[in-house]
This record gives sequence, C-alpha cells and structure tokens, in this order.
Amino acid sequence: MSMPAAIRNALRAGTVLFLFALIGTAILAFTHGRTEPLISRSQQAEKLALINQVLPASFYDNDLLASRQDLPPDDLLGTRKPSALWIARRGSQVTAVVLEAIAPDGYAGDIALLIGIGIDGTVTGVRVTAHRETPGLGDYIERTKSAWIDQFTGKSLAHPEPRRWKVAKDGGAFDARAGATITPRAVVKAVRNTLDYFARHRAAFVAGPAVKEN
Amino acid sequence: MMTLDEFRSLFQNGLVKQNTGLVQLLGLCPLLAISNNMINALSLGLATVLVMAASSGTVSGIRHFVPHEIRIPVFVLIIAALVTVIDLAMNAFVHPLYLVLGIFIPLITTNCIVLARVDAFASKNHPLHSVVDAVAMGLGLTMVLVTLGAIRELAGQGTLFSGIDMVFGEAAKGWVLHVLPNYQGFLLAILPPGAFITLGLLIAANNWNKARVVRRIRIAVPMTA
Repeated sequence: MSMPAAIRNALRAGTVLFLFALIGTAILAFTHGRTEPLISRSQQAEKLALINQVLPASFYDNDLLASRQDLPPDDLLGTRKPSALWIARRGSQVTAVVLEAIAPDGYAGDIALLIGIGIDGTVTGVRVTAHRETPGLGDYIERTKSAWIDQFTGKSLAHPEPRRWKVAKDGGAFDARAGATITPRAVVKAVRNTLDYFARHRAAFVAGPAVKEN
Repeated sequence: MMTLDEFRSLFQNGLVKQNTGLVQLLGLCPLLAISNNMINALSLGLATVLVMAASSGTVSGIRHFVPHEIRIPVFVLIIAALVTVIDLAMNAFVHPLYLVLGIFIPLITTNCIVLARVDAFASKNHPLHSVVDAVAMGLGLTMVLVTLGAIRELAGQGTLFSGIDMVFGEAAKGWVLHVLPNYQGFLLAILPPGAFITLGLLIAANNWNKARVVRRIRIAVPMTA
C-alpha cells in the first residue's frame, strides 16, 4: 500500500508548509501594523527635509506636503509621467513652488531633480534626487559629493542672460569639471527648461490651486 | 553546551578555510555590487551577519518539525520573512541607520550564502552552534567585503572611509582619509569590472598563500571537506 503512504506524506508536507506560511504571514502582518505609522511619519519628515534643502522654511507657513499636486507630463520638465508640485504660501500669498523635473540627457540616462523656484522666478535651490552618472566622475552633481549644485541658487531666466545658460566650456555661466561635461550640461539645461515651464504656468500656479486647498 | 575547540573550529571555517567570498565563492552578487567603497562594504557585511545569525538560529530551532522534502521552501519563507521584519523594524525604529543600510537589506535575500548555511549547517545542528557558524561565516564575508572595498576605494579615488558621514553624521566628514592627495582617480576600480578583477586577485593571493603553506609542511592536506 504505497499510495496511501505517499498521499499521507504529501498531506503532512502540505500542512506543515501551510502552517509555516500562516505563521510567517501573521508575523509580517503584525510587524507591518506596528511599524507602518512610524515609517510613514519618517518618510514625510524625510521628504520635507529634502524639500527644505531647495526651499528655505522661511518661505512658507502652510502645510507644504499637503499642498502637493500632480503635474501632467511635459517636455520642458522632461517628464514622461505625472510629477509632483508643491506650492508654498505665507498667509494666502503664494511665495514659491517646488517642482520635480528630469534631465533626460544625462550621461547614463535620467537625472531626477527637485527644484525650488521663488514666485519672482528666482531659483531657491536645486537637488539631485536620483541619477546613474559615473561614480567619482559625474556624481559631483550630488550635494553630498560637492557644492556644485549650489551655483543655481539665486539664478533666474534673466540672470544670467539666456545665451549664458550653459556650462563654461560652451561659453556659459556655469562651471563644470573637466572630464565630465555631459552630466552638468544636462542639469543646466533641465533647470533652465524648468524655469521656462514655471514662467509659462506662473499665473496658474498663483491663482489656480488656492481654491483647491483647505 | 559548546567547547572552546568547537568554537574555534567554527570560526576558522568561517573566516579562513570555508571563507564564503574567497573559497566557497557564494554570495558574489552583493559582494561585487556594494564593494566600491569601504563604508558601504562594512555596512552590508554587518547587515548580512545580522540576517544570517537570525535565520540560522530560527531554522535550527524548528529543524525537527520540517519534513526533509519541503525544507527549502520553508527555509526560504523564514529567511524572506525575517529579512522583511528586520527591514521594517530598522525603518521604523532606527531610521537614520536605515537610510544608510536600507538598500542593502533586501539585497541580502538574494545572497545565497544565507540559504546555503541554513541548509548545510543550521538544519542539522544545535541553535547555539548554528548562530556561531552563521556569525563566523558572515564575518568572513565581511572581511573580504571590507578588503575589497578598501582596495577599490583606494585605487579608484585615493581615499578611505569616504561616506562615513552617512553613518556617523556631518561631524564625521573630517574622518575621511585622503591617502593619495590630488589623486586623479582610476575609474575602472570603482566600476563593476574593477570588482571582478580585484576579487580575482584576492582569490589568487589566497590560493597562492595556501599552496605555500602546503608546500612548507610537505603534506597534501585536503582543503575542503
């Protein structure tokens, strides 16, 4: 009678596997339930900390994270999917916006950027949030690696004048390190395009979303 | 429970004789991916030790309840659950550390050395021995990782401990050693091929050293069990 023995073995193995899966799932569900609120709180804080690097906290008194909206994909932003926009206000006055943008022509693909722009069209700060540029060569665009990205702060479409919105090697106003010009070229272009995008949509940013919030 | 000799032999196995990186050549995916500088290498190594100790201890504790034919799915289930729990717990309770180690933790699941030790050792031995074995194996891997990371970082950018500020905060920025001042950099060492080449050199050095020892005692000792 080998069949019943085989079936009994299979049943036993199945039951044990099922029990382990059940215990595993229970433990995971419990851990997830316990950690979820803490994790989402730190993620919010992290996001806010990142935004604060491109937009000084003195610019706003609203709940910045709650002001988030989705922008449709746009060539000037370099986006192929909806990207985020945060609107900073002091009182009822819109003071600045923070935008996600992408430099699509980096040396190794997309460079994701977070750009803060004051309502007067001046850059309040730029940070690279994700990239695959060559380590040790093109990665100086990260703020943790060098202060290169800080040179955008205070710039606007008129300052420097449009034809100088290039890296120094191409006769522009932004310096770049020898050996890696493709990366900074892509970032300079993306920041300029984002400023352009902002200029075109400025009126809508100032007027539109105020109705929606609160 | 455990004699000093057993303890010593487990550590000799993990650190030298059966070193995962140099002898068993297991877990090369994270080994090659994360060894571009010393701090990354050390962080991944220590996180691996933690996961290995936890999964070996657990598997050893339940080894009598698992039918032989379904042991692998059960072990994989346990390792995956443990890694996820550690990942979530670190994210919630030690968030700054998680920001540094976070990307490495899920990577550890892909490290076959964890499953290898669980199946080859923990499923047949007492929990205490299993945990010691896992820690020794993990430390052996960490040793290779750190050596690899140090060589690649030094050859690639002329520094040691770069990125230490991500672990210890801004104040640690000054701890980075610029061993070779005004170094131009050697890109190959930092890119993936540099990992293969450096690991190859390390394995060669290890084999050469073993062969030399064998020649010296003039007895052919089988290296692997």
